[in-house]
Amino acid sequence: MDTRELRFTVEELLHAYVRCIDSDRLEEWPEFFTDPCVYEVMPRENAEQGLPIAMMYCDSRGMLRDRVVAQRKANIYAPHGYRHLLSAVSVTGYADGAASVHANYAVYRTFFDAVHYGHSELFSVGEYRDTIVFENGVAKFREKRVLVDTARILSLLVTPL
Amino acid sequence: MSGAVNHQFALPVSLQWPDDAARVPYQVFLDPAMYAREQECLFRGPIWNYVALEAELPNPQDFKTSFVGDTPIVVTRDKEGGLHAFVNRCAHRGALVCRDLRGNRPTHVCVYHQWSYDLHGNLTGVPFRKGVNGAAGMPEDFQPSQHGLRQLQVATYNGLIFVSFDPQVEPLTEYLGPDIRAGLDRLFHRPVQVLGHSRQFISANWKLYAENTRDPYHASLLHLFHATFGMYRSSQGGGVALDARGRHSSMHAYRKTETEELSAYKNTDLRSYQDKYALADPTLLQGRPEFPGLMIQAIFPNLTVQQIQNTLAVRQSIPRGPEQFELVFTFFGYEDDDAEMRAIRRKQANLVGPAGLISMEDGHATEIVQQAIQCDQEATSIAIMGGREVGGEESLITETGIRGFWRYYRELLGIAGAGKVQKEHGAQENGTWTHENYASR
Repeated sequence: MDTRELRFTVEELLHAYVRCIDSDRLEEWPEFFTDPCVYEVMPRENAEQGLPIAMMYCDSRGMLRDRVVAQRKANIYAPHGYRHLLSAVSVTGYADGAASVHANYAVYRTFFDAVHYGHSELFSVGEYRDTIVFENGVAKFREKRVLVDTARILSLLVTPL
Repeated sequence: MSGAVNHQFALPVSLQWPDDAARVPYQVFLDPAMYAREQECLFRGPIWNYVALEAELPNPQDFKTSFVGDTPIVVTRDKEGGLHAFVNRCAHRGALVCRDLRGNRPTHVCVYHQWSYDLHGNLTGVPFRKGVNGAAGMPEDFQPSQHGLRQLQVATYNGLIFVSFDPQVEPLTEYLGPDIRAGLDRLFHRPVQVLGHSRQFISANWKLYAENTRDPYHASLLHLFHATFGMYRSSQGGGVALDARGRHSSMHAYRKTETEELSAYKNTDLRSYQDKYALADPTLLQGRPEFPGLMIQAIFPNLTVQQIQNTLAVRQSIPRGPEQFELVFTFFGYEDDDAEMRAIRRKQANLVGPAGLISMEDGHATEIVQQAIQCDQEATSIAIMGGREVGGEESLITETGIRGFWRYYRELLGIAGAGKVQKEHGAQENGTWTHENYASR
C-alpha cells in the first residue's frame, strides 16, 4: 500500500475510533476490532516492569461487547463523556498487511452528574500502540494497547480509552 | 486510654459522639482536626500498617517507598536479607530522601545536601562535616548517630510487610488474630509473584473505604455485574469473622464452585432473569478451582486482601488529606503458576481494580457519601444491620464489621463516649488544633 494512502487510512480509523467513543456510540466500539483481537489498557508502570496485569484486557470482540453491556446495564458511576485529543500519529512499520501505529492521546472527562455537572478534567494521557490490519478492505485494530501514563485513575475507569 | 494531655493533636471541640459505634458523625470524614488526630493516635499509634509485599523487594538493597498514613516511608532489604523501614525525611532540613517509587541501591542519599543513610536509616555521611581547609564544618558536638532517619518496627507475616511507629506494639501475629492469619495462610501458602499494580484516586475520606470493605451488605446491591449477566447467586452463603477487638474483618462467601456455577450459567436460563444480557464471551469467568468461594479481609487500618475467583490482590489505602485517598492494588499469583493460570489471572483482573467489572463501584460509593455529607457534620450514619453488637456473624447481611472498626477507632483516638469528649474539651489549651499548626506539621 502506498505510504500516504496507508497513513491516511490509519488516521481515518483513529479519528473514527475516538469519535465513536466521544459521541457515546459505544455499541459500535467493538466493530473497530478484529475477532479475536487484543484491547488492553495498561499502566506504563506495569509495562516497564514487564508485569502482565492491565486495567482492562479483552481478547475477543465478545469481551469488548460485554464491557459495553456492563457499562450500560450493570456498572454504577458518575455519568460523563470523553473528548479524545490525538497527536503524533506515526506508522512505525508495515509488514504482511499489518501496520504498526503509535499515537499520543489525551482524554478530558466531563461530568453530567448532579454534583459536578459540566466539570471537565484531564482524565488520562498516554499512548496508543496499535496493530492495524485490513478485513475485507476495512481497517481494523488487531491490537490496541493503550499505554497509560496516568496510572493514578481518578475515581474509576469505565468508558474505554 | 490516654487522654488529650498526652497528644499533640486534640479532638475537635465540636465533636459530639456518644458511646455508639453504630452511629458515626459525618464530622469524622471531614474535619482536618480528626485527620490530624488520626495521623498521631492511629497511624502512628499501637498498630501495624501494611506497606509492601516481600515479593516487591526480592533482592538485597531493593527498596520501595510507601506511606504510613500520610507519612512517607522507605522499606529496604539489607545485604543479609533483613527488612527495615524508616521515615523518608532527611534529618537535616526535612527533604524527601528517597524520591523513587522502587529500585535498588546500597545507600540512600538526600539530593539536597547529600547527607547519606545506610539501609537501616543510620546517617553515614555529611559532606563538609569537617569543613574546608579547617574552616566552617559542623560543630564538634555533632553526633551522626543522633541524626539518623526515624526507624520503624518491621514485622512480616507470610510475606506481607507491616511497620509500626510504636516500639510497644503487640506482636504482629497477635495483632492479626487467628481468623486473619488463617486467610493469609490460605492465600500466601507458597511463594507469590507480583503481576502488576493499579492505582485509584478517590475523592472521599479513607475511612469510608474501610467501612466499604467491612460491608458485605452492599455486595449484591451495589455491584450488579453478576445479576445483570444472569448469574443470580441465590445459593450464596457466607459470613464475617472479626478479631477479638473488632478491628479486622474476614469475610467469606461460599457458593457452588466456579465450575458448577459456570456450567449452570452455560445451561442457560436456570437462574438467570436477564437472559438477554448473557456474556458474549464467558471465558472471562472460566477460571480454575483454586479456593472455595470468595474472601475479602479488611485488616486495620489500611489493607484489604482479596481472593475473588482466581484474582488475588492486596489493596493498600493511603489517606491523602481528609477528603481524598489513594487505593493501590497489587495483583499477584504464584511463582509456580503455569502459563494457562497466568492467562486466567490476567483475564480475571478485569473483575477488580479501577475498571473492575464487579467492583468499580466501591470508590464511587464512597465519593457520593463524601459529596452528600458536606454541610451536616453533626448528623450521623447508622450501621445497625444485623444488630448493634460487634462480633462474627454467619450471614452476609450484616454491618458488624463496620461497628467493629468504629469501636476500635474510638478506642485509639481516645473517644470514650460523650463524657470523655467533654473532658477533652477542657484540655484544649494543651493542644488546640488550628489550620496553621496542621499545615506546618
